[in-house]
Amino acid sequence: MKQIVFWGTRGSLPVAPTGREIRDKIVAALTAANGRSFKNRAALDAFVDQLPFAVNSTYGGNSSCVEIVGNGPEHLICDMGSGARPLGQAKIARFGVPNPQTYHIFISHLHWDHLMGFPFFAPMYIPGNRIIIHGCHAQLEEAIRLQMRAPCFPVDYSQAGASIEFDQMTPDKPHFIAGVNVTPTLQLHAGDSYGYRFDSVDKSVIYSTDSEHKLDQPEEMQRTVRFFAKADLVIFDAMYSLAEAVSVKADWGHSSNMVAVEICQAAGVKRLALFHHEPIHDDKQLSRLLAETRRLEEITRGDQPALDVLSAYDGLIVDL
Amino acid sequence: MKLPAQQRDGTIVVSVSGRIDHATSEEFSTALAPLLDACQQGTPALLLDFSCVEYISSAGLRVLMMASRQAKAQKGSFGIASLTPLVQEVFAISRFNLIVPCYASVDAACKVLGQ
Repeated sequence: MKQIVFWGTRGSLPVAPTGREIRDKIVAALTAANGRSFKNRAALDAFVDQLPFAVNSTYGGNSSCVEIVGNGPEHLICDMGSGARPLGQAKIARFGVPNPQTYHIFISHLHWDHLMGFPFFAPMYIPGNRIIIHGCHAQLEEAIRLQMRAPCFPVDYSQAGASIEFDQMTPDKPHFIAGVNVTPTLQLHAGDSYGYRFDSVDKSVIYSTDSEHKLDQPEEMQRTVRFFAKADLVIFDAMYSLAEAVSVKADWGHSSNMVAVEICQAAGVKRLALFHHEPIHDDKQLSRLLAETRRLEEITRGDQPALDVLSAYDGLIVDL
Repeated sequence: MKLPAQQRDGTIVVSVSGRIDHATSEEFSTALAPLLDACQQGTPALLLDFSCVEYISSAGLRVLMMASRQAKAQKGSFGIASLTPLVQEVFAISRFNLIVPCYASVDAACKVLGQ
């Protein structure tokens, strides 16, 4: 495995920055410029680049879709949230038509925000492509078909040009797929969700979204620590603050940045990507959460090697 | 875990010390239980003096949330005072400062809770 590409990082519902947020970014940039003029585009770009991320960019608003770039020709994708739309377009732009490709899609669970991008994933309409949808839910195929049926969607599932197969995976058993060992494991979430561990010869990546970690269930926490052990990157559902996760939003099936740091530190993980961002959080709030999480990691590190903390955003590419 | 307590200005002030993490949170919860059971309407308020707490993890914070919830259900008064700067940071990062009553000092807390 070489890279991770984040195509959708938002939890529950796709969102877009509001006009007010964009205006605030423009005002912040102009305030920082303080009347300066720029000789050329390169100078302007250099100025924009040094602005804070929440001013010069955005975390984006597509729901969960993450690509794992492997060493072979087959594509590995986690979830089909609305980020699957730009992912599909990028694949068509890159490989053209006809140029049959094989896509392995791993579904964490069947909630809408993790499936809604599939009808917009352009490769599914192109004959010659092969799509294998892997997952542990017995209703996996039914759920995929259901959202492409009247009155939910104008294009019926039968219009798919690609060959679509379904692979019922067994939890806690490694499955060798496209040169990678893929192990699903059960997570606490309404209707169940599954995290995935991807192990290649030299790298390990965990995709763990829509997962609640109960603080009064230490055995479950330890099971997660073992599942995450020594991973190069953990993509973790950090939708809520700890206070929310254990009080008003307890049993909503999500976790927090604080639990993310504690589990990753206990598991000896190298890098943590905060993921499945709360839709009501704007870029400033998400940047603040990242800074706070890094600070928490710093004050809890002790003698352990540093855990590199990042916050996933749509378009982020992480080299493994 | 020992939780020395003394009454002060109509408030039971309990001194907590050390690290409250996954290894000690259960012990902390057990030691706190009788004090919480007594924290009822019409009884002295229960205040935890955190000036000697070095660190608190998510497991320890959960114990505090349960304590605050129990006190509220019993119509008793509960709070935490004198958090060290580091523990204050943990409270802010976890947003526990929004759900558990925190006071700058024991004196300040007693003035409010002891009324």
